[in-house]
Amino acid sequence: MALGELAGLKMGPATRDAFGDALKALGSKYPDVVTVDGDVGNSTRTEVFAKAFPDRAFNVGIAESNMVSVAGGLAAAGKTPVVASFACFLLCNAYDQIRMSIAFPDMNVKLVGSHSGISIGEDGPSQMGIEDVAMACTFPGMVVMVPADGPSTTKATEAMLEHKGPTYLRTGRAKTPIIYPDGCDFQIGKAIQVRDGKDATIIANGLMLPIALDAAAALEKEGIKVRVLDMHTVKPLDEAAIVKAAKETGRIVVAEEHLMAGGLGSAVATVLARTTPVPVEFVNVGDTYAESGDPEGLLQKYGLTTETVAAAVKKVKNR
Amino acid sequence: MVAERKKASIAELEAKAKVLRRHIIEMTTEAASGHPTSSLSAVEVVTALYFGGFLNVDPKQPHWPDRDRIILSKGHACPVLYSAMAEAGFFPTSLLLTLRKLGSVLEGHPNLKRLPGIEASTGSLGQGLSIGVGQALGLRMDKRSSHVFVIIGDGEMGEGQVWEALATAHKYKLGNLTAIIDQNGYQQTGAAKDVLDQTPFADKLAAFGWHVQTIEGNKMAPVVEALEKATAITDRPTAIVSQTQKGFGILPILEEEHDLNYHGKPLSKKLAEKALALLKG
Repeated sequence: MALGELAGLKMGPATRDAFGDALKALGSKYPDVVTVDGDVGNSTRTEVFAKAFPDRAFNVGIAESNMVSVAGGLAAAGKTPVVASFACFLLCNAYDQIRMSIAFPDMNVKLVGSHSGISIGEDGPSQMGIEDVAMACTFPGMVVMVPADGPSTTKATEAMLEHKGPTYLRTGRAKTPIIYPDGCDFQIGKAIQVRDGKDATIIANGLMLPIALDAAAALEKEGIKVRVLDMHTVKPLDEAAIVKAAKETGRIVVAEEHLMAGGLGSAVATVLARTTPVPVEFVNVGDTYAESGDPEGLLQKYGLTTETVAAAVKKVKNR
Repeated sequence: MVAERKKASIAELEAKAKVLRRHIIEMTTEAASGHPTSSLSAVEVVTALYFGGFLNVDPKQPHWPDRDRIILSKGHACPVLYSAMAEAGFFPTSLLLTLRKLGSVLEGHPNLKRLPGIEASTGSLGQGLSIGVGQALGLRMDKRSSHVFVIIGDGEMGEGQVWEALATAHKYKLGNLTAIIDQNGYQQTGAAKDVLDQTPFADKLAAFGWHVQTIEGNKMAPVVEALEKATAITDRPTAIVSQTQKGFGILPILEEEHDLNYHGKPLSKKLAEKALALLKG
């Protein structure tokens, strides 16, 4: 069954495409925006902006460290640089440059990591960003966003340009079902309740949101009613929505296309441990690198499916 | 508005260089930590930039958009920068003695969030030139006449990112960017030529498409002349390989101590007294 089908969702664009189109559409409204690329603009989709605004696009070659620090300098000169690369190369290759050229001096730079998660498929684990959210969350002051569909990515792109300060936006390569056909009220740090239920809450983002909605639809047939929260912002985290869900549904499942370490699951668990200790289960990539293969097969093999999310809900209900 | 650039004579600049050197010794000895010798090698360059009419900045408006930019990529040498900034009027010279102390804006490495006039937070080597490239690009987009000066250590040239930045500056023909390599010959654990020989700098920089000058960087006249030439070139980035000596100004003391590197160590109070005697105005 296709992604989102159980939940009645129609297939939409990849979030990287929604980002590229949104950036271009916002180019005239935000004249200080420039792009800085490490020669993968056709993959990250900054090329859509670059073609429309060639004088505001800089391809600095295959040199991510330099790319990030150049963006820091552009920001110091009053520009709003959008720096995009594969999530893994942006965060892992240029981690110290993000620290010293952007986060520590609080530069208004917009980082965008595409090709997140294992759903990139055939290119394999060297290209998969599965640690990026954890790494991005370590920087004090960094906003970290993981939108799930085209419309919310469009909103996230504008929210990131409106925000003063460093941000990280995670996008994906795979086409994703449309959660918000009529748009959404996207606010940084504010979760969106996509579905209500009393028996448990699934907190998800990115590609795991449509999978969570499929799982919720499947569980409903068994009489289990599940709330689903779109936690599109991992930092700052919407603690109020998490506490409310814990109090009202008593059980939490966190689903993300990321390693266990340091992702949304860790962030949610920290809030719950401090405020509202309730049973929690986690659906994620775990503590392993994946492999090459077709995206659907990979999601199956590494346990990011409707079935695993539904099973996690049942397990957490029985604890 | 910013006052006309004042050109000081070579003799005036040499006198100012001595003042900066005395500040460097006093502040690092008071802090009982820091990098006096790394600071001392760059004194002529920093003095000429701030007081020789090259760096167009206004201490009363440190964020004035049309100002020139100075980035000390070898951030550990910040005592030389702080000394010049104090003498230029960014803050009182009395503040220099708070270097590295809790609550002081004069941190162990430059922090732009805390000290107006600092153009890049440095201390992780290798990033300053890339930041300078970004600033030069942004300033040029806005058609500002500002010039960006970046001071890099010779040991720091081991960071691959510097070479990425060199190539990028060439691609964009950044005529408003000048890199000054403070080639003092030493890095943390020994002579630069022994740790990782990056020379010949001039040939390599020229091969990257930069205009290059090699000068005796602890002599004021060639420093001024090189900066004049560098800022007159506007069609490509310019580099000055400034051949200096680490600890210049107190070399007799380093010789007595049998350590011509003396990396990351302040002088004791006793040695500082001797140093200040050597640096009398």
